[in-house]
Amino acid sequence: MATLKLKDVVGGYGDTQILHGVSITVDPGEIVVIIGPNGAGKSTAIKAVFGLLKLTGGQILLEGEDITNTPPEKVVRNGVCYVPQTANIFPGLTVEENLEMGAYVREDDFRPRLEEIYEMFPPLREKRRQAAGTLSGGQRQMVAMGKALMLEPRILLLDEPTAGLSPKFRGEIFNIVKTVHAAGTPILMVEQNAKQALKIAHRGYVLVDGRNKYTGTGQELLDDPEVAAMFLGGEKTEVEAE
Amino acid sequence: MSDLINFHLIPGLVLGSIYALGAIGLTLTFGILRFANFAHGETMTLGAYFAWTLIQLTGWHPVAVLPMAMGLTVLVALGIDRGFYKPFRASATIMLVIASFGMMLMVRSVIQFIWGVQVKALMPGIQMPVVLFDWLRISPKHLMIVGFALLLMFAVHYLLTYTKIGKAMRAMSDSPELARLTGINTESVIRATWIIGAALAAAAGVLLALDTHVHTMMGFKLLLPVFAATILGGIGRPYGAVAGGLVIGLAEELSSYNWIGTEPLLNPGYKAGVAFAIMVVMLIWRPSGLFKGKVY
Repeated sequence: MATLKLKDVVGGYGDTQILHGVSITVDPGEIVVIIGPNGAGKSTAIKAVFGLLKLTGGQILLEGEDITNTPPEKVVRNGVCYVPQTANIFPGLTVEENLEMGAYVREDDFRPRLEEIYEMFPPLREKRRQAAGTLSGGQRQMVAMGKALMLEPRILLLDEPTAGLSPKFRGEIFNIVKTVHAAGTPILMVEQNAKQALKIAHRGYVLVDGRNKYTGTGQELLDDPEVAAMFLGGEKTEVEAE
Repeated sequence: MSDLINFHLIPGLVLGSIYALGAIGLTLTFGILRFANFAHGETMTLGAYFAWTLIQLTGWHPVAVLPMAMGLTVLVALGIDRGFYKPFRASATIMLVIASFGMMLMVRSVIQFIWGVQVKALMPGIQMPVVLFDWLRISPKHLMIVGFALLLMFAVHYLLTYTKIGKAMRAMSDSPELARLTGINTESVIRATWIIGAALAAAAGVLLALDTHVHTMMGFKLLLPVFAATILGGIGRPYGAVAGGLVIGLAEELSSYNWIGTEPLLNPGYKAGVAFAIMVVMLIWRPSGLFKGKVY
């Protein structure tokens, strides 16, 4: 059974409809990437899963269970964790307190999980008593993801984790994503840096104007001349320059 | 020198501790519920009146009835939140500010209706200060005020640093949206904020009444220096509120010392203006306050 399934999702904010029928599937153990031009509804699709917008059509299934239009605080309890693009850490709390807040809804002892997170991201152990707001961009993303992983989620949703980071940090983030995935968590992420993202993705979706445009494995999309021309071309020089 | 300590420094510390207690509650509500609670002064008044009534009923010492007065005030604050502020939760900040202004007038009127407008005393008679080394005069009630204020401040520090709900309060003050996405139960955080804010406000009211007297306008008069302390410390910063409270209290009292010549530097009648001046200067020079609070 698919970990997460969006079926013909329609919705938006207020009267503005952004998604006009988006279907996405994440199977167990997969990294799935959503790419597309600005305003295609990529981030909105992820927010739809998390109950952050009103859906007027379609369905969202978490391991077969209908979670359409469930409010975020309940979606978290269902084991879905979402890392927003910005403001994804509590800057005034220490690194460890951020991770503890990630475990807020856990009733059991989260200490063993905290240890696992520190194993996954060694720099966080070192800086655990430091205010998270004082960390570098890459380390903040570690905190944001570590915080989300405290719940041992069934799926992790990432909204443009590399936005605003330098190419050097971008590589670091993709490594973190791979680390998280290697530890067994399926990931659905939105990415601007399509080429790098598709390289680590099992499957990719290209959204245009709130609809599915292309679907395929990461490699298929990378090799597709049409996709390449439309969405990867602009980045070519940048990637080569690295 | 002994005049400076006995009549300015010690009263400044006493007043500062009281301001600090009031400012912690105000800054927490400001940071977590995101509005300037004008009814906070009335919460302090209410605490003082509860204490007065409890003393009439039991005949106990003010410090003994203080926890009960704090508890009663907390119940009222939670009731007001449930019945009055909760429907405004998703509203614009300005609506809550105005609503709290209305609540301020309502609470004060109810207090005047129930207890009357006459000045009351928590402890009858005059207490003689203890004289140490022939020059240091310490009044036992001043010791009690500062001691109790310190105790409460340490309790708040412990709560915010070591408990789950305290950390969640700081998280929500940092970013309410992320707190919600993280699954933090925002309603229970809001409840905790009212409990702590009202308890400390009640304590501030009772301690001020212990130093002076019980009056229906006492809380309103506290509101300005407490707001000044909150802004000085940085909005949403409880430690800033403590520092701000002490600075404002000391500044008010020290401003009337005869620093130059034999006359007071500032006529004691203008004490309240000192807090106001500090607030205005701070808002112009550094609106985020000493502890880098929020700027609205």
